[in-house]
Amino acid sequence: MRYQLIGVNHKSAPLEVRERLAIPESKLPDCCRDLAAYPGIEEGMIISTCNRVEVITHTTNGTADLRGFLHDHFRLKAEDLDPHLYEFREKDAVRHVFRVASSLDSMVVGEAQILGQVKEAYATARAVGAVRGQLDQLFSRAFAVAKRVRTETAVGSSSVSIASVAVELAKKIFGTLQGKNVFIVGAGKMSELAARHLMAHGCASIFVANRTYERAIGLAQRFNGQAIKFEDLYNSCDRADIVITSTGAPHAIFRREHGEQFLSRRKNRPMFFIDIAVPRDVAPQMAELDGIFVYDIDDLQQAVAGHIADRRKEAEQAEAIIASEVEKFEARAHTLDVVPTIVSLQDHLETIRQAEIDRVRGRMGSLTPEQEMAVEALTRGIINKVMHTPITTLKSAAKESEATTVIDVVRRLFNLPAKTKESGVEADSKKDEVGTRQ
Amino acid sequence: MSLLWLRFALTCYFVGLIYAFFALRRTSDLFSRIALHAASLGMVFHFVSLVELFLSGQVLWALGHNGESLLAFLSMTFFMIIYAIYKTTSPGVVVFPFVFFLTFVAAVDEQPVLLTSFVQHKGWLIAHIILIFTGYAALVLSFGASLLYLVQERRLKAKKPSSMISFLPALETIDQIGYRSLLLGFPFMTLGLITGSVVAISAYGRVDFTDPKILLSILMWVVYMIMVFTRWNSGWRGRRAALLATVTVVAAIVAWVANYFSAIHRFAS
Repeated sequence: MRYQLIGVNHKSAPLEVRERLAIPESKLPDCCRDLAAYPGIEEGMIISTCNRVEVITHTTNGTADLRGFLHDHFRLKAEDLDPHLYEFREKDAVRHVFRVASSLDSMVVGEAQILGQVKEAYATARAVGAVRGQLDQLFSRAFAVAKRVRTETAVGSSSVSIASVAVELAKKIFGTLQGKNVFIVGAGKMSELAARHLMAHGCASIFVANRTYERAIGLAQRFNGQAIKFEDLYNSCDRADIVITSTGAPHAIFRREHGEQFLSRRKNRPMFFIDIAVPRDVAPQMAELDGIFVYDIDDLQQAVAGHIADRRKEAEQAEAIIASEVEKFEARAHTLDVVPTIVSLQDHLETIRQAEIDRVRGRMGSLTPEQEMAVEALTRGIINKVMHTPITTLKSAAKESEATTVIDVVRRLFNLPAKTKESGVEADSKKDEVGTRQ
Repeated sequence: MSLLWLRFALTCYFVGLIYAFFALRRTSDLFSRIALHAASLGMVFHFVSLVELFLSGQVLWALGHNGESLLAFLSMTFFMIIYAIYKTTSPGVVVFPFVFFLTFVAAVDEQPVLLTSFVQHKGWLIAHIILIFTGYAALVLSFGASLLYLVQERRLKAKKPSSMISFLPALETIDQIGYRSLLLGFPFMTLGLITGSVVAISAYGRVDFTDPKILLSILMWVVYMIMVFTRWNSGWRGRRAALLATVTVVAAIVAWVANYFSAIHRFAS
């Protein structure tokens, strides 16, 4: 577990700093290559998004100079950069990677985009050979953890923008938005955004009414819709299932009696009014009518705030999942650490056994097959008994933080060769072998 | 033996009943799946029970609680059809308790006997029973949908964030479930009454409109027709539709209770 991570994000650094560290997609492969070749680094990858730039590595001794890499690579002075940096090692680095992939460290907690961005960064680093065994294991696990968080908590389930809340509400009223008509009253930016969202979810057509008819035509053309003269508003409005209104009128332009007319002409089919004007365009009495649903800007903002609060609550549950996953990952990593030592020990003692049998065979003369088997069984039994305690100690130490010390002691006691760098896959296959030998 | 199968079915429906209470408080995909599977298994037992009953020949002689059993089964069938189309178990909130209640009554008590004098018009009688009960089942579902519509409408108007994670489907989907059930149930109810009249005429030579059962059945049909008409003509939804559906269901219950008071269409102990 010699993971090391350094980076900046939206919480630690202002945009000006993040901008200077941002790496364009085209330069990311080269940057990963440089990172993997940097002294003390075995593997490395870089996540660069608009909200974060992070360098994640697996190092030879756990103390690589990642700050030095950033200073050199981005030609930034330490005093400009260092106050904004955060750094994590080992278990904390694993936890941070899990949190980032699960979108718990995002500006909008639970947003789905970050997982895709991390996957892209991983694919880029893997393609240039900067990610191999150790980071491979870390990120495969991180993606699985992110999936678990998404399925077991509702951290990403609710909408947190006004436009998406409006779409969600419309779906709660109409089910599907296929074939529904949208009426925009007042050609403002917000209403245009909401309309764009609704159209993207399948709404059929759009009507636009504005006091300045030319602006209505302009907006209608953008959506391939139809401009309506403002004087015809009340005659045409019932054609729409969803009305987005944002005029600058000083008083309500939709009153209860208009609602009654619309419902009567629509045979009581429901209508959804999204009123984002201040002062409001829709009189509150409209909402008293059966079949008319009115959400003003405060209602929408309240829904957004409620969803954000819900996400925070779910995030607490997600943090618990991550804590348990970090523990599991650490335990597994330590188990993998002890596997090469166990294998070496088994090989070492087997070599001694074979050498001793060969040495005494000459003195014993020819042995019958039964005697050969008896000698074989006797020596194997002795070796297994001798190995039992050190292997059990190593396996139990793998679950504790003292694993490295125990590994060193066993290696010194039995004079085992120095530990070689093994890939996760190799270690995994040897782990299975150890299991069968036992 | 038929009663034993029915009691197995009742046990399965009990899971649905628990779901109905649970779903009012919070949403759970797992629980709704469990309830659905339990209900499906219950329907299998229920079907076996009805088939055994039919083969034993008792179906015509002891129709009191067998009728309730049949109505429960048909209501469940409607529920499953709706699930197949709309993939929602939320009508279960109304249907499951209703079905449980009917099955419970049918599974625990002695069968009161229903008018043995119609034995000679077996075919018409079977048609009458099945048509009327299909109409009842559709009416129950439509009533349930109108209640769910009201609940969902209230939630959306209350503007609470929880309104968006409610267990209920979209308002328009609930409306479609209610309207289609209503449209489907009406011809069954009408034909059921017609076949009933045929049976009555052939048994007694006339339809006695002063008999409480006949009178109330016709009243129920008229209210049902008004409901279909207002929905079709003016698109009544929400409170008004729920009110009308309640009146129709009450009329249907009263018409059912009239079996205890009618001279020609009555239960006898």
